[in-house]
Amino acid sequence: MTEILSSAPGELALDPLAPANRRVRFRLLPKQKVSWRETGIAVLFLAPSLAVFITFFYLPFAKVVSWGTYRSVRGGTSYTYVGGQQYRDVLTGHEFRDGLLHSIQFVLLTVPLGLVLGVLLAVAAHRRLKGIKIFQTIFSSTLASSVAVSAVVFSVLLNPKVGVFKVDWENRQSVGHLLSLHPRPGAMVMAALPTIWQNLGLAFVIVLAGLQAVPDEVLEAATLDGYGPVRRLLRVTLPLISPVLLFLFVVLTVQAFQAFAQIEIVTAGGPSGSTETTVFKIFRLTQSNYGAASVMAVGLFGVTLLVTAVQFAVLNRRVHYGN
Amino acid sequence: MASVTFEHVSKRYGEVTAVEDLDLEIVDGELMVLLGPSGCGKTTALRMIAGLEEISDGKLRIGDEVVNDVDPARRDISMVFQSYALYPHMTVARNIESPLLVRRYHVDGPGSPARKLTRAERRERVAEAARVLDLEPYLARKPAALSGGQRQRVALARAFVGRPKVFLMDEPLSNLDAKLRAQTRIELVDLHRRVATTIVYVTHDQVEAMTMASRIAVMADGRLQQVGTPQEVYDRPDNLFVAQFIGTPPMNCLSGTFSADAGGGVLVGTSRFPVPPGLQTPLVEGQALVVGVRPEHLPLATDGTIEAVVRAVEWLGHECLITVQVSGQTATVRQAGMSTSPVGSTITLAVDPAAVTLFDPASTRRLS
Repeated sequence: MTEILSSAPGELALDPLAPANRRVRFRLLPKQKVSWRETGIAVLFLAPSLAVFITFFYLPFAKVVSWGTYRSVRGGTSYTYVGGQQYRDVLTGHEFRDGLLHSIQFVLLTVPLGLVLGVLLAVAAHRRLKGIKIFQTIFSSTLASSVAVSAVVFSVLLNPKVGVFKVDWENRQSVGHLLSLHPRPGAMVMAALPTIWQNLGLAFVIVLAGLQAVPDEVLEAATLDGYGPVRRLLRVTLPLISPVLLFLFVVLTVQAFQAFAQIEIVTAGGPSGSTETTVFKIFRLTQSNYGAASVMAVGLFGVTLLVTAVQFAVLNRRVHYGN
Repeated sequence: MASVTFEHVSKRYGEVTAVEDLDLEIVDGELMVLLGPSGCGKTTALRMIAGLEEISDGKLRIGDEVVNDVDPARRDISMVFQSYALYPHMTVARNIESPLLVRRYHVDGPGSPARKLTRAERRERVAEAARVLDLEPYLARKPAALSGGQRQRVALARAFVGRPKVFLMDEPLSNLDAKLRAQTRIELVDLHRRVATTIVYVTHDQVEAMTMASRIAVMADGRLQQVGTPQEVYDRPDNLFVAQFIGTPPMNCLSGTFSADAGGGVLVGTSRFPVPPGLQTPLVEGQALVVGVRPEHLPLATDGTIEAVVRAVEWLGHECLITVQVSGQTATVRQAGMSTSPVGSTITLAVDPAAVTLFDPASTRRLS
């Protein structure tokens, strides 16, 4: 947020001194002796969820990691063990790099726009008006429509030959050109539109819930302090819902990295592979080389983990988690 | 500094009337307490001064200016909320500084154009507010790391830092424990004496009202019941509501009829209450009246004219409250020390004519 009050470290009175805060946070976690009895009880309570996670997440994931060390022979009829070699080959190869580039384009196109528009819609719809529930329902409805439906709707709307708007993305200096680094931006923008539209609903619902938790009195205090609507939003409302925003940012990013169906329906990866994201490449590879596909899946997991970790590391300090 | 004047102000929400035809002048520099039970319209009245509620009817003036349509930020008022409404993501220093950031102030002498404060000026004012309210060690903390009392002082500092014309306070002590509340009451009165600015203070707690107010405005059901100094409101309640709302325990109000025998008196069953001296309103034989007497004005006396049966005795240490029945109606008697009258016994009470207030049961108003 705007650092209007930021002052040099020597100026004691107005410095938002972080250490004071930190000290308090540590005090909340007092040193405790490890009690075996309590640990046992904790494990017992965790057991059901652990069982589910191990069976359906950790074990399959370990399997995928190990499959990455086997190379397909004769189009997948048999497999031979090659160790880490296949990881080196696939992760440094141009297929993975291209897929990742497309995935990142997709993330950049869908996440910020969905987030910003969702916040604006939620702020617009967060007021006491007659019939506001109707608008809230409309705005959140994109969440309830399936990926396939929204993809088909947008294909019909924007198809260059038979669409309602007949947008010829290929031969046009469009916003897409500016947004994308890729020589064929139109297709990626097309593929992203249904997701932006769907993210809108998700962002709207979650941000609206966050806004409803912001106390009216704090906003009234800001009004009396002379804050206009924009300043109130930027300096009070958004910081107070920052945990919600971080959550949305992370979830939308992870989802965008995993997007498949909407792209498959709108562009089927084309033209000439220009919208083939990593998940696409993985899917195609599973037809011929399960080992290489597994490596790519692990690679995508690593990238997603890294991005999420960076998001948390950079933004968590600016997030206010309340009392 | 400025006065605040309600001229026939009403506030309606659709069918519901929150404040009805409020006429009240809050004098420059006084601490006016709006007192009443919850739902009486006191907070709505306060929020109308702040500009957080629109005014349905009538005029509201701050000083000489009609402010009905003036933006809250331009009214030069500040408010302390019940929940304090601190910005939880900002440090104490920034919370206090907040009103200084955006608002414009006439700081270059009278008649000069209003301007925003410079950073140095802001810092100076924050430091001063922090010094006055004893917040200097906490400036770098966030509100979550403060106690309730400290948060309350931050809210006060934020209200005082802009030196507004009028302070509005909406039950600012209700979230404090009893001991801290008593202490803060004294500090607030002291603060008011030092800054000498108009304060409009909303509370449902009559102890706060009695101890802090220059004047009290008692409200009920959206209507103003009485305005006066704490003593006026206590000694000469205008109507039965005020009589029974102010005072712990409240004034005893017993139904009776006027009897002209033996110089005039009010009969409550077989007991006889004197008529207050100097009563202007003429009374007729058999007229229905309500007799109001404070519990401390009903001493036990062997030659008393009021016969009562003791129903319960509550001993509070320095005094006791005796609940009695006078001809089937319940009354409370306050007596110093411990009561010697056992439950079920009959006692006689005396009453000083000057301590009696008479009300008309139909209009509920006091007979002058």
